[in-house]
Amino acid sequence: MTEGDTRLRSVYIWVCEGTWRAAVDAALSLAPAGTRFTLLHVTSAEVPDAARGAYAGLFGRAGHDPGTRLDQMAAVSAAELMTAAADRLGRDCDRLEVHGRPERAVVAASAQADLLVVARDGDRTRLGPKSLGKTTRFVVDHAACPVLLVWPESAPDLATIPPPPHHPPPRQP
Amino acid sequence: MLAWAVTRPRGWPEAVAAVPAAVILIAAGAIPAGQAGAEARQLGPVIGFLAAILVLAHLCDDDGLFRACGGWMARASAGSPRRLLAQVFAVAAVTTAVLSLDATVVLLTPVVFATAARLEMRARPHVYACTHLANSGSLLLPVSNLTNLLAFAASGLAFGRFAALMAVPWLAAVGVEYAVFGRFFAADLSARPGRTAHPGPGPGLPVFTLVVVALTLAGFAGASAAGINPAWAAFAGAAILAVRALARRTVAPLALVRAADLPFLLFVLGLGIVVKAVTDNGLGAALAPLVPGGTSLPALLATAALAAALANVCNNLPAVLVLLPLAAPSGAGAVLAVLLGVNIGPNLTYTGSLATLLWRRILHHHGSAPDLGEFTRLGLLTVPAALVLGVLALWAGLRLLGG
Repeated sequence: MTEGDTRLRSVYIWVCEGTWRAAVDAALSLAPAGTRFTLLHVTSAEVPDAARGAYAGLFGRAGHDPGTRLDQMAAVSAAELMTAAADRLGRDCDRLEVHGRPERAVVAASAQADLLVVARDGDRTRLGPKSLGKTTRFVVDHAACPVLLVWPESAPDLATIPPPPHHPPPRQP
Repeated sequence: MLAWAVTRPRGWPEAVAAVPAAVILIAAGAIPAGQAGAEARQLGPVIGFLAAILVLAHLCDDDGLFRACGGWMARASAGSPRRLLAQVFAVAAVTTAVLSLDATVVLLTPVVFATAARLEMRARPHVYACTHLANSGSLLLPVSNLTNLLAFAASGLAFGRFAALMAVPWLAAVGVEYAVFGRFFAADLSARPGRTAHPGPGPGLPVFTLVVVALTLAGFAGASAAGINPAWAAFAGAAILAVRALARRTVAPLALVRAADLPFLLFVLGLGIVVKAVTDNGLGAALAPLVPGGTSLPALLATAALAAALANVCNNLPAVLVLLPLAAPSGAGAVLAVLLGVNIGPNLTYTGSLATLLWRRILHHHGSAPDLGEFTRLGLLTVPAALVLGVLALWAGLRLLGG
């Protein structure tokens, strides 16, 4: 984006299990015609590695390492997720499947984007610092492009704002 | 030999190192052949028991027991990741207790992952739950973990008594894990999929297999009470399922032999003899002052902590082999405290497992290193609390039921 040119040419949508619909919908409602969409999904080795670690802890068992099966299933499920997201978007889009730690991979992949659309995740039952998960927090802090943060469900009511802290009245002389 | 087991050059089975190592130690006179024979005779029934349980779990999987569990969890979770987590906890804790931790790690974990993925939930909390409960959920029965089988043989406890003393510690450990997981994975668990998934009717529950497993469990307690080795009940259960599967041609004879995992059984035998030689030649004497005598609460806590530390330094298998002869003179309570340590302890650092994987990967694949940070944080939150509560429950149980 050059100065004075505020058109969104390239919008990246972070496709994340459970929350991606909100991100796709927000991108659709904001981006003008002609925007290039990129669906970005990250496959992390963390979960298969946990299974692999547990298997290695069995120390010498033969049989099949469950981590390998998890890798295969993760690849299939990622492809299905991308297809579902592309269907919901209903526009031409690029699909970018990357591997690594999600927070770092998303920041690196979206560095050249004009906008990155992220659905919030975190403990949304208690609004406060933890209502933004660690991974999302990292992306918000470190993204090299503007970030649009959307609620996966409807935004909270104004009534959820806590009352302002009580200030004692200034002392009378 | 441990280094071999950790690195597994060329993917050879661990037994390739363990058995020759045992033979060399016997030949060199580090352990008299008579004592090695005695150790082998003591380990033999344990290893047979383990083989029967491995075959039983394999046949349960062939008959669709775990797929049926997956289908049930998918329907009953009603689209809530938290409910699915509760169900995974229940299924994994019971699977580990009845069919051993191998079944949870090898057979249940992929089903849990597939279930979460099908429901479009983040599988992280659910898969971590399987890996943790494979350890901390393995306290209940002698069959739940090879460490328990070894201790069961050494403790002289009856099957029912073992289960009665370990039931509350088992519940305490699983409860601690559940409480920590709910907070630790709050972000993943709050990501509710926007659509209601349609899991479909799913496979039916294999009733015959479930009945056989239930009868096998009853057989464990019955046989033990009658003074018969409960391994025979495991053999009987595995035999019934095997004959049925062979008659229906749903399993090949070779697959059954493979399920029994002979190289691993040989490895355990070799490891037992090697550890015995090392213990007799100094390690036992060096560790003896660290093992507190008696079954007072502080003694039990110290015993469990020592066992947990040792399980993290090497692996829980050698740890339990080293500590059993030292704890056994103090009675069954001390032996069970060792089990609390070696079963819950590995969740702390996974030295025996995740680091093992790390080394294998560095040595063989030059791939990316697994992320140890998250796992270790989770371990630091769960293990000390589960250990302390588990030991407290054991101590109270010993007071109530008598040591």
